[in-house]
Amino acid sequence: MFDELPHFYKAILFATQLIINKLKIKIMKIFKYALLAIPFLYFSCSDDDDNTPEPINEEEVITTMTVTLVAHDGSGVVTMQTQDLDGDGPGLPEVTVSGPISAASSYSGSIVWLNEMEEEVEDITEEILEEADEHQVFFSSDLDIDFVYSDFDSNDLPLGTQFILAPNAAGSGTITITLVHEPAKPNDGLDSAGGSIDIQTTFSVTVE
Amino acid sequence: MNCKCKKCGASFTSKLALALYSFFSLCCINSFAQNCNNRLSIQVIDLHDGTPLENATVQTNGLRGTTDFDGNLIFENLCKDTYVLTISHEDCEPLEQTVDIKKDTFRKIRLEHHLNELEEIMVISDNRNSSRTLFENKISKEVLDDYNSRTIGDVLKTITGVSTLNSGSYLSKPVINGLHSSRVILINNGVRMEDQEWGIEHAPSIDINSIDKISIIKGASALKYAGDAIGGVIIADTSKEKLLDSIYGNITTSLQSNGRGGGISTNYIKTNSNGWHYKFQGTFKKMGDYETPDYVMTNTGFSEHNFSFKAGLNRIDHGFDVYYSLFSNRLGILRSSHAHTAIDIINAIENEVPLVINDFSYDINTPRQKISHHLIKLRGFKNFDFGKLSMKYDFQSNDRKEYDIRRGGRNNPALDLNLQTHSIALDLESKFNNSSNLKSGILAKYQKNYPDPSTGVKRIIPDYKKYDFSLYSVYDISLSDNWFLEAGIRYDFSHVNSYKYYRTSLWEARNYDELFPEFVVEDLGLNTLTNPKFTFNNISTNLGTRYSIDESQNIYFNYSISSRKPNPSELFSEGLHHSSARIEIGDLSFTSEVGHNLSLTYNVANEKSNLTFNSFANYVDDFIYIIPVDLMPTIAGVFPVWEYKQDDAKLFGFDLKYDRQYFTNFIVGHQLSIIKGYERDNNNPLINMPPVNLKNQISYSILELNNLNLSLESEYVFSQNEYPNNNFEVFIATDGIYETLDTSTPPSAYHLLNFSSSYGFKSNKGGNYKINLRVENLLNHSYKNYLNRLRYFTHEMGRNIMLSVSYSY
Repeated sequence: MFDELPHFYKAILFATQLIINKLKIKIMKIFKYALLAIPFLYFSCSDDDDNTPEPINEEEVITTMTVTLVAHDGSGVVTMQTQDLDGDGPGLPEVTVSGPISAASSYSGSIVWLNEMEEEVEDITEEILEEADEHQVFFSSDLDIDFVYSDFDSNDLPLGTQFILAPNAAGSGTITITLVHEPAKPNDGLDSAGGSIDIQTTFSVTVE
Repeated sequence: MNCKCKKCGASFTSKLALALYSFFSLCCINSFAQNCNNRLSIQVIDLHDGTPLENATVQTNGLRGTTDFDGNLIFENLCKDTYVLTISHEDCEPLEQTVDIKKDTFRKIRLEHHLNELEEIMVISDNRNSSRTLFENKISKEVLDDYNSRTIGDVLKTITGVSTLNSGSYLSKPVINGLHSSRVILINNGVRMEDQEWGIEHAPSIDINSIDKISIIKGASALKYAGDAIGGVIIADTSKEKLLDSIYGNITTSLQSNGRGGGISTNYIKTNSNGWHYKFQGTFKKMGDYETPDYVMTNTGFSEHNFSFKAGLNRIDHGFDVYYSLFSNRLGILRSSHAHTAIDIINAIENEVPLVINDFSYDINTPRQKISHHLIKLRGFKNFDFGKLSMKYDFQSNDRKEYDIRRGGRNNPALDLNLQTHSIALDLESKFNNSSNLKSGILAKYQKNYPDPSTGVKRIIPDYKKYDFSLYSVYDISLSDNWFLEAGIRYDFSHVNSYKYYRTSLWEARNYDELFPEFVVEDLGLNTLTNPKFTFNNISTNLGTRYSIDESQNIYFNYSISSRKPNPSELFSEGLHHSSARIEIGDLSFTSEVGHNLSLTYNVANEKSNLTFNSFANYVDDFIYIIPVDLMPTIAGVFPVWEYKQDDAKLFGFDLKYDRQYFTNFIVGHQLSIIKGYERDNNNPLINMPPVNLKNQISYSILELNNLNLSLESEYVFSQNEYPNNNFEVFIATDGIYETLDTSTPPSAYHLLNFSSSYGFKSNKGGNYKINLRVENLLNHSYKNYLNRLRYFTHEMGRNIMLSVSYSY
């Protein structure tokens, strides 16, 4: 085994000599190979792997708002709904009102928000109730209708997922419901509340 | 000092020399047969530029001769033997070289000039214009020092004709003659920055303290870097390392009143006369909320930490270096700019003052951005007979996270993009003779964008892979003492392969289902998975000339054609962009835009004054821009729809700069720039064109008093009087009325006064101290800036006093 050592060394020396002698040529060759490698690199990274990106669960989108009004005199239930299943896509929201509101009765109102984009429909209302202090619903109408908040956040400031709707006179017009995220609380109404609007829908209604 | 002849440690050259030596000694054993009629011809040339060296002395075995004008020398009647030549020249360290004579031999000997001269050459080449047919704008180290606590956008604004497009006080991106974003290319240390430059709220990821000089180039020389730089190329570079045994560097600390923060930056450079060098550089900056004259801009603070390292060998005729840099920051976006609907913006505009104003704080809350940019570069070069060949590989990883105010306790980013780019380039610079040069090169690039799906928010920029391949060639020639000509051509190939989920409703509404059925991978009902693939072939060319009227006057003329392929946001945008409260729609059928740029510059400079007049006309075919086209109701309210359009555009204007010295120590400077931009079909003005801008400056310096320099600068920005009317009516549901959303009317003109002063002195240890005091907006004027995207929500920064102390050793 030791006898082979000198040969071993010789081989290394010879190889080293060879390498050193050819170094100058090698530099040229390296450049040459690099030149050759560029198109190679280029074509080798062609569209080989087809790992398609996974779809995104669009979590925060609200597609549907349903307002249910239950008449205190037992005359029935009025449902107002807006639904926009493609979110910011070109599809328009579908706004429906199930029937007229009776001027003779006040109503208990409740609002539910859904995200129907996800495979399993998500109830966004829970999130809003959890973060009640960061949200507020604002009501307005060109008709003579009173809106009274019946739920409040931890600071006893109005939230608006539950409310009382009390019409004072008959007529046709609109009711606008706006959900604001991070408004200034307390505030004097939508105009001075700041924050950003999550949902705003105007329903055409008849009070008779 | 660092002559090639010296055996430089265990380096590669000495090994080579050793190998050659052993090789020669082996073959010379049998060369004793005397035959003494051989001739040795020698030519001695300068190692750097190949010019012949006259009066070099060559000695061997008692023979001695000097080279003639062409660097030639001939020894006759040499015997077959091995000769050791000693070559010396007055400007050079002597060199020994062994030559083996068996027959008539020719030997080319490269001598290296002495250090002093070497330094000069390097300084000259450092300051030399990259282009000789285009007047080049530069920013010196001194100006960079003045701005060390600011951003690269702020310092670029000091150049006539450059303005910035801002998103708040920190995010500013350069606008060159009205063009910005993908039309302006940034080269950092020789590497093209790939930092998602398409977005207006994306500022360049470069640390101002890591660079020593900046220049802006257009024209033929720009073709070396890019073919799509319709606006221009900004080159940020570090200075070359000195070729001597030295340690130098500096420490700079800065404080500023507005933002109540500051920064510290340090540089440490070690160089050796044998060419080895390394450099460390680091910066840390921290600012709190900025303030306007009347209120605090809540959540506008930032922190930045940057680091760079460079090491390498510079042997003049060959060398290599490794460069790594990290740029990372965290910055707050004005709290009140978080507007989700058009009504929010109307409210903000009506209020004039932000709705949320809190006490000053260093906290950075949502909305905020977090960016990190890594850059690794390997470069090597070698001089050959045919020119200087250099090879470069670089890798960049840009990570961008944007955090929005989200519901349900979500604190993960709403946008999380990772852009990785590999590129490899080979460049050759050849000098044919003293009057002409040819630069050519080849480049291949691979880029991958990965938007993290865990954000739970629709991807704004889709997954894509991009392959680029480019070839360029630039030729310059001095036709006579007065005429200089430069011409270049570049070919860019680009292939984009992307995967994107489109809303099926949009895919169909845009008619893509008929135009691009081949892109559809799978229809998933609500969304459609598509695989758009595009290939672009672009040619860019340039022709430039310079005519020297006399020693002090030059005229530059340049005509260039640049082609830019549409960027991902122009192609793929489809949906609500929360930060701008609008729906943005791109177009898959866009073609490349082609800019025809004509520029004419006149420069006259003498000891006392310097005048530059630059006029330009830029005709851009298929110019891509975004305009509002419609309103769209969604469940969250009505949003304006902005669509990218492709139309012919024209931009023209001029920049004027005049400096004059009065007495011995007063300098008065004036800068004026005017730009106009229109759509070509209907002459509608283009959006976001910089308004007319006039700067006047007076500075006074006393050399005797430690270089004390005082200067007062007045900046007058006119109101932009030509703008497209993009206002639209918004239905205010609560009031049942329509109201105009006026996003187009530019703010009124403003006038700012800035003061700056610097003072330098030597410490007794030999280092230099330099103190800079700069006050911006001296009169604490309250104003809004047309080129700030957040101008609807806030005023600009109030008075800002900046003090920096720098110690260099």
